[in-house]
Amino acid sequence: MIYAIIILGALGLIYGLGLAFASKKFHVEVDPKIEAIIEVLPSANCGACGYPGCAGYAEAIVMNDEELNKCAPGGAAVVGEIAKIMDKEATAADRKVAVIKCQSGGANNTFFRYEYQGVTTCKAAVIVNNGPNLCAYGCVFQNDCIAACKFDAISLDENGMRIVDKEKCTGCGACVKACPRNLIELASEKKRVHILCSSHDKGADSRKACGNKTACIGCGICVKKCPKDAIELQNNLAVLNYDLCIMCGICADACPTGAIIDPLKEARALRKAEAKKKADAAIAAKAAAEKGSAPEGE
Amino acid sequence: MSFITQIFTLAVFAVFVNNFVLSKFLGLCPYIGVSKKIDSALGMGMAVIFVMTMASTFTWLIQQYLLIPYNLEYLQTIAFILTIASLVQLVEMVIQKTAPSLYKALGVFLPLITTNCAVLGVSILNIQEDYNFLGAILNGLFSGMGFTLVLVLMAGLRERLDKAEVPEAMKGMPIAFVIAGCMALAFLGFSGLNF
Repeated sequence: MIYAIIILGALGLIYGLGLAFASKKFHVEVDPKIEAIIEVLPSANCGACGYPGCAGYAEAIVMNDEELNKCAPGGAAVVGEIAKIMDKEATAADRKVAVIKCQSGGANNTFFRYEYQGVTTCKAAVIVNNGPNLCAYGCVFQNDCIAACKFDAISLDENGMRIVDKEKCTGCGACVKACPRNLIELASEKKRVHILCSSHDKGADSRKACGNKTACIGCGICVKKCPKDAIELQNNLAVLNYDLCIMCGICADACPTGAIIDPLKEARALRKAEAKKKADAAIAAKAAAEKGSAPEGE
Repeated sequence: MSFITQIFTLAVFAVFVNNFVLSKFLGLCPYIGVSKKIDSALGMGMAVIFVMTMASTFTWLIQQYLLIPYNLEYLQTIAFILTIASLVQLVEMVIQKTAPSLYKALGVFLPLITTNCAVLGVSILNIQEDYNFLGAILNGLFSGMGFTLVLVLMAGLRERLDKAEVPEAMKGMPIAFVIAGCMALAFLGFSGLNF
């Protein structure tokens, strides 16, 4: 009995001392900046930065001079904080937000072929006879995207249409993966002109099927009008290349169905009118000045 | 049997016939957990080889010169676990200092070697099989090698599986378990070996 106590105690003591010595000898300094950055990061561990968790990204910033602006959920505020810690210039990232490319008009306006009563997920709904709604490409209203969104950025409007809150959206892409009809795409926050239809049906069919009557009918007018050749017709559907788009809004004006939206239209018109007024005023002033000074010169 | 033949037999039996993972079913946690990449699998394997060899050495000495003389064999489990835990801590510190990337790759699995039944298993089997000192060390070494072998094989398979078209529901763990079963079946074939 006494030997058991002594021997185990001695073993423990020896190992303890050995480890204490080793921990001194093999001590690793951890950069306090890493800890500070981990504190600042939102610890959602979403992986949008491409690193395994927030800690991984913090380490990459300190050790490998990684860009400061990769944290999508954190946004500009976090970038600023990290920049303060790292003593570096903050450069805001080109923030991406989700765009739902279907304006079906919501559950209340959509034409249904049958009443779907199955499991309430979009994935299940699209399997049953290709989905309940008439448009085989449209939203089926089972809210997979809302369930997938960790940031409460997708909500329903009064008609049951899904609305992305651009302020809350972090561009993590969870809804893009969740949507079984691939209706959601990530686009730069700055891009405002979108083609909000995903129907590859022939013009007449897609127009008939769309509850909102804003289907892309594949007429190709936008393709011809676009000054930058940013729109391409793929299987009866106009597809916008965001890299080329300059947001001139010509396509939105030309679209006969309203599938292309351009929220800047009014602002642009206002600006144009103002610019014209200014130019007119300038011309008038110049003319007046010339009139006033001309006699003296002669 | 000459000495070399003995060692060879010991090696073949420890690596193939009595493989810790696939025929004794010990150490399954790292076998599934660290077998996603060949690099980290190799690192983990090396750590296990080292710990197993060291653990075999120390536990054999403790058994022979501390526990048996004082009739304390009933303390075997706790004394061995204590030894292994300290060893793993030591290995962890050394790896963190000398190979930070390996330390990161191994992650939580390095401390898990502490409670890895394979390491305790090899220590206890050494005693049960009545190996002499050299035999115990070699058995630890070869058992670790066997572990590393299947771990790296598994990692290689899983790296390829990532690129293969696997049904959505079977992706990741499920297919890994199926493959683990297939590997165990394959290794069962070695049990017929006789020297």
